[in-house]
Amino acid sequence: MSMTDGPTPLHTAAAEQAAEDREASSKGAGKSDLRQRGKRKSGYFSDRWHALSRQQQWAFLSIVVVLAYLLPLLNPPIITTEPGNNFALACFDMARFALIAVGLNVVVGYAGLLDLGYVAFFAVGSYCAAMLTSPDSPYLHIPYLWTLPIAMAVTMFFGVMLGVPTLRLRGDYLAIVTLGFGEIIRILATIIPAMKGQVGFQNVGHPPGTEADGTPIFSNSNGVPWYWLTLTIIIIVTLLVGNLERSRVGRAWIAIREDEDAAEIMGVPTFKYKVWAFAIGAAIGGLSGALFAGQVGFVNNQKFDVTTSILFLAAVVLGGAGNKVGAILGGALVSYIPLRFTAIAEYKYLIFGIALVLIMIFRSQGLLPARQRLLAYGRTALNKITTRDAAKPDSADDSPAGPSSRAAGQRGAEA
Amino acid sequence: MLPSLVPLLPTENDWITFDIPSLAQNFWSATFDGLTFGAIYALVALGYTLVYGVLNLINFAHSEVFIVGCYAVFFTLSSLGFGPSAPRLDIWAIILNLLLALVLAMLASAVTAFLLERIAYKPLRKRNAPRLVFLITAIGASFTIQYLIYLWRGPSPELALTMFRPTPIFDVFGTIVDSQQLVIIIAAVIMMVGIDRFISKSRTGRGIRAVAQDPDTATLMGVNKERIIITTFVIGGLLAGAAALFYVMKIPSGVQYSGGFVLGIKAFAAAVLGGIGNVRGALLGGLLLGLIGNYGQILLGNSQWTDVVAFVVLVLVLLLRPEGILGTSLGRSKA
Repeated sequence: MSMTDGPTPLHTAAAEQAAEDREASSKGAGKSDLRQRGKRKSGYFSDRWHALSRQQQWAFLSIVVVLAYLLPLLNPPIITTEPGNNFALACFDMARFALIAVGLNVVVGYAGLLDLGYVAFFAVGSYCAAMLTSPDSPYLHIPYLWTLPIAMAVTMFFGVMLGVPTLRLRGDYLAIVTLGFGEIIRILATIIPAMKGQVGFQNVGHPPGTEADGTPIFSNSNGVPWYWLTLTIIIIVTLLVGNLERSRVGRAWIAIREDEDAAEIMGVPTFKYKVWAFAIGAAIGGLSGALFAGQVGFVNNQKFDVTTSILFLAAVVLGGAGNKVGAILGGALVSYIPLRFTAIAEYKYLIFGIALVLIMIFRSQGLLPARQRLLAYGRTALNKITTRDAAKPDSADDSPAGPSSRAAGQRGAEA
Repeated sequence: MLPSLVPLLPTENDWITFDIPSLAQNFWSATFDGLTFGAIYALVALGYTLVYGVLNLINFAHSEVFIVGCYAVFFTLSSLGFGPSAPRLDIWAIILNLLLALVLAMLASAVTAFLLERIAYKPLRKRNAPRLVFLITAIGASFTIQYLIYLWRGPSPELALTMFRPTPIFDVFGTIVDSQQLVIIIAAVIMMVGIDRFISKSRTGRGIRAVAQDPDTATLMGVNKERIIITTFVIGGLLAGAAALFYVMKIPSGVQYSGGFVLGIKAFAAAVLGGIGNVRGALLGGLLLGLIGNYGQILLGNSQWTDVVAFVVLVLVLLLRPEGILGTSLGRSKA
């Protein structure tokens, strides 16, 4: 490992604590940011969040998690998607998109690699679950829950296969190769007889367990258990990804995203970490694909067009590339808006296409901006040297919001 | 606990077959057809390559610039009375009509490319956005145009128009070359030679090469970078419009909202194959990809394999020779 062998200054207990606080604050700030947008950025609620003690923060977070679990049972009147779409199933769909967005966020948000064929990994995961559990498939049959890790492993393998030739090159090639890959997987599902094309696989397995009257708990029409399963997986995956983000791997990703050449020169093995990001992202995509296959119970070649990939990308970009809470929010929104407002569902591709362009032009950090802790110091220094702080060296502490004051605050938190 | 792994392996091995006799038999017709497709790819690939050379940006929305041209051809010709059966006009009237469609398609595509650059890319360039932002904008713009067309024209392809009945012109190795193939190949080659001359000889072309080589120095030397960028997009649009006419001529049923997408990937693959940023590379890559795709399709016996073959070629090129066959960039080509 060439980046750091000894402990870095960040690796103190206080720094870890501060990092976690900031992590949590970005969650809290996120919710406030939606209400407060237009007036000011996340500063006020972020400060209030910081002022809370650890216990209070945990208490608040657990309330949010409990509310999230209760969401399909509460079926709140204005938020609900009924009539039109079953709310529990809508919740599952939102959770599915959120999980996909968390996975894609690793690739696009952290490592800055544009993956336009993410649906292909989703498809591979779905086909894994279907071909290993459906009675329509002639192959080995295993219990459904075992297909989740297998789907992750297989998609990871595909991710490495696709990543190794392309990730050696500049990032833009990856975009077009993944775009092509997304299309190819769909074509292969059509022309390879073993994948059954449009006929597809029916009765894909589901987790075990039956209710008193003998119907399975995880039935296709009952979204609640599926939603809970997916939500639990999201929480686990988010925690794991959050740990990665704070580790050497995460720092390497962010360094690659910000300036690949500089990262390489500083000794980051960029190729290795890019492949890792790509493979981890692929595995999460495969996991959500397997969940989707289980819930719907039917897999054929019709659900994996490239346009869906662009929706996934829109979810990450909308929420805020590089911020996992933002990705969850973005994924849920991209799924929720067409389900809730069925009148505009037909226009969803157009809406999210325009949204991509507008977000990039006007607010490229998305709804919840990512916190660039690593580079905050460098940015502050650069800003001081170059632009606004050149005239007034002490102005950084006076400006109410902005990267420099945030960085200054962080420095304070870590000191 | 686990049963034998043997059932995991596919039992049906007939999904991929190599039909070599068929390829040998149809070799020359596949060659001429492949060159026809290749000429179309090459014209679209030029748009990718020029923009990439100047801005280092994969202009994903270029496929939509192309499909707008296809719609322009469709509407022009259908309003001129062309229909599914071959028109009962004398040859000069047909040529005149086709020229009109060509001009309008080039215009429509160029205007689309111009607007795209002004609305989507210019604001980003102004604030010096990172590459990822450009790419996401490009894909968003592509998506937007595609679904505007979708909402306007619906999912089904437009009515197939026949421009003229292909007549056999001459016979090569027992294979008939028809007028349609000849028209497309000759017209495309004329355009590509023209654009090559333009880039290497004209003042604007020198400006394009200068900006591709070093934008800052070019600006210092008095090149108007903004104007050069606009010109590059417009040239790409004009060529895509021309490609649109040939595409509709070759595949009359291909005018569809999503029709540009796959062709766009193939054209980009062609540009990479020849060496992205290289004008002659786009020509070579396009023709080669057209040939490879056609041979692959006949060899593997299913037209859907064309796309798979094109994609595999792209990955192989990236793996083995990422700079492409000709390699040199737009900026480094000789003055």
